[in-house]
Amino acid sequence: MARKDPKKDVVIVGLGWTGAILGMELAQEGLEILALERGEDRDTVPDFKYPNIADELKYGVRYDLMQRPSASTLTIRRTLDETALPYRQLGSFLPGNGVGGAGIHWNGHTWRPQPEELRLRSYTIERFGKQTIPEDMLLEDYPVSYEDLEPHLDRFEHVAGISGQAGNLRGKIIPGGNPFEGARSRDLPLPPMPQTYDANLFAEAAKAMGYHPFPRPGSIASKSYVNEYGMQMGPCNFCGFCERFGCYNYSKGSPQVCILDALKRKPNFSYKTDSEVLRVELAPDKKTATGVSYFDHKAGEEVFQPADLVILCAYSLHNVHLLLLSGIGQPYDPVTGEGVTGRGYAYQMNGGVKLFFKDKHFNPFIGTGSNGMVIDDFGMNQIDYAREGFIGGSYISTGTTNGQPIRSMSLPPGSPAWGQGWKDAVGEWYGHSMSIGSHGSCMSYRNCYLDLDPTYKDRFGRPMMRMTFNWNENDIRMTQFMRVKMEEIAKSLNPDIMQSSFKKSGAMYDVRPYQTTHNVGGNAMGADPKKSVLNRYLQAHDVHNVFVMGAGAFPQNLEYNPTGMVGGLAYWAAHALRTDYLRQPRSLV
Amino acid sequence: MSDQPLSDWKPTRRQFLTATAISTAIGALPLQLYAAQSAVVPLDQYKPEFLNEAEWAFVMAATARLIPSGGNGPGAHEAHVPVFIDRQLAGKYGEASDWYMEGPHDPSADPALGYQTPLTPAQIYRQGIKEINTWCTNKHGKQFAELEPAQQDDVLTGLQKGDVKLPAELRDFFTLLLGNTKEGYFADPMYGGNHKMLAWSYIGFPGARASFKEWADQYNVAYPLGPVSISGERA
Repeated sequence: MARKDPKKDVVIVGLGWTGAILGMELAQEGLEILALERGEDRDTVPDFKYPNIADELKYGVRYDLMQRPSASTLTIRRTLDETALPYRQLGSFLPGNGVGGAGIHWNGHTWRPQPEELRLRSYTIERFGKQTIPEDMLLEDYPVSYEDLEPHLDRFEHVAGISGQAGNLRGKIIPGGNPFEGARSRDLPLPPMPQTYDANLFAEAAKAMGYHPFPRPGSIASKSYVNEYGMQMGPCNFCGFCERFGCYNYSKGSPQVCILDALKRKPNFSYKTDSEVLRVELAPDKKTATGVSYFDHKAGEEVFQPADLVILCAYSLHNVHLLLLSGIGQPYDPVTGEGVTGRGYAYQMNGGVKLFFKDKHFNPFIGTGSNGMVIDDFGMNQIDYAREGFIGGSYISTGTTNGQPIRSMSLPPGSPAWGQGWKDAVGEWYGHSMSIGSHGSCMSYRNCYLDLDPTYKDRFGRPMMRMTFNWNENDIRMTQFMRVKMEEIAKSLNPDIMQSSFKKSGAMYDVRPYQTTHNVGGNAMGADPKKSVLNRYLQAHDVHNVFVMGAGAFPQNLEYNPTGMVGGLAYWAAHALRTDYLRQPRSLV
Repeated sequence: MSDQPLSDWKPTRRQFLTATAISTAIGALPLQLYAAQSAVVPLDQYKPEFLNEAEWAFVMAATARLIPSGGNGPGAHEAHVPVFIDRQLAGKYGEASDWYMEGPHDPSADPALGYQTPLTPAQIYRQGIKEINTWCTNKHGKQFAELEPAQQDDVLTGLQKGDVKLPAELRDFFTLLLGNTKEGYFADPMYGGNHKMLAWSYIGFPGARASFKEWADQYNVAYPLGPVSISGERA
């Protein structure tokens, strides 16, 4: 029989970025809060300390800070008639694990959505006509406007210590920033980082072609910084061990560096690790949650934790899994198009051009996760969808993040994979290449969704979640458009050798190579309860005391890395909870 | 970049540095922190933990073709890559302890759906080497390790291209072998390979230095310092 623990006002599921934000904000209301984290506890010391963290094999290749598929994974298929198979070892995406979650091992890229992206359906119809929307695309407006979110995007940027250059301050275009971004109410908290050689070459070439290069905004401190919670960051030293690693230098923003020590000092906040939530428990009428059931790995038993308010703050995929297992929202059915939970899973469409220069030294081991110069001249709000034949956009950038030789060894096309020829090539070409990358939108489609797998079970006997996802021709046309633009920039730099890598028509999703951990959708926010799980405050339409943070709320993906939007949405939802819901718990719309 | 060995240096085997929290660079750490090291033995005296005699002979022979000695840069043998592979297979990587290994399995699935064999990497090496040695004996009358280098290259090419057929459960063998060989060449020396950081010195990777603030905007200048390892070894 399950243990029953004393009731809490709030239970938070998952202690990464959004769990830390919601914990901090609600703790200031004096509520009794318990955060349940299924992984282990982690802190800068001892978990990320130097020199142990500078270990490519352990963290970069064997994924020591990531989710273990042996403990938790999902199944994947590309089409409705394929049999989904387990994602047995990590590859395409790398969910985090433990306190801090993926907020530990991210690169720090922190973007805002474009105002147009948040009303993409309306924008597309108004500008280009309804006929530009493919029949199988689930194109939606976000139920919040850029103006709604701006103060909260700004707040996250100031908590996470973003270095960068504003391009639009209160409507005024600022030279050296992104002229295509939405208006910012104030400048970023920290100036841009210095740029490496490759980024500088790209920026000069892009500028010469009439584009508008600007430094990538990132949660990588360019100077010492103290945020509103009194948490301190130190200036980054370009160590080159950022993505997949914890930061030993207190320079990369993370829940640990930016929030958690301040939160842990709150007497009304507590957290338990090794506590894996199995489902949200609902009242008999299914209109409210009574708490959560979790497995306490330390005690070896299941526990019922009653609470008045349940906030799901796990990784997007795990939030969707919990909703499906808990019966919150009708599961989506791609055949009928009915149902909401699991609807509209989307990913990210990226591509790249590698440039090899015999005579240039790039010292690729000198880098930060957010290093680089960017152009947004081919972003969502700069493309004529009707003329180009796709809905979408990308930003294009250059900047080394690491030169770790197992995973970051670029060799020219045709180099042997082994033998003396391979050995000669690594000696000749290591440190002599740079790349130009595109990072682009991925729309939601009728046949890309999440549901429960009919065959595979997890270690608790629960059905695994099943992902059905494949690349779509709309997004492939988008990335091929970027290829042409990027190859023009690359050629202007006169490399000795050049190699492009972009998805082509008919490309099938391959789960093996790392692509990106930007898994979005599945519990979309929206105005229409027939097409969305959450309302505009990230509150479940059907169960008013359940709120769900994270990128699962995106009705389709943005052109950008999601964390800035995820952080902004968390502060937006926290604000609604603090100023409205807590006074009178009910559905806020 | 210096390839000179440090005669008085005995790299760590499985010991981790336990002291100091934040430091600017490993060069600033006092060397006395790195006490209690066990000796690295020459490759021909290494006693494998996982691989049996025939398997060790195969791994020695195969890695010597995948990253040959001679010419530019160290070979797999100079870098002690076989030691790395043996230790990885003896540990949790070999057991696939982080991976989801429950059935049902479909090892013949589209490779783009990822690792689907029921076998662990250690089992794939064990069964794969046996299969390949049988194939070599049938074709050439000798096991892989006893073939001429050119014949060994042909077998490896056949495995790479799928012309030398292995059962579906073993189809990832060559990918694992080549991947592990490169890991052993470039990983920190504490895992047994990259002996004396020879591979890092060869390509110009400074290892665990991990502090380059003053270098970020020095353009097109080769970084001058050699590598350091996590245990403080220098080259």
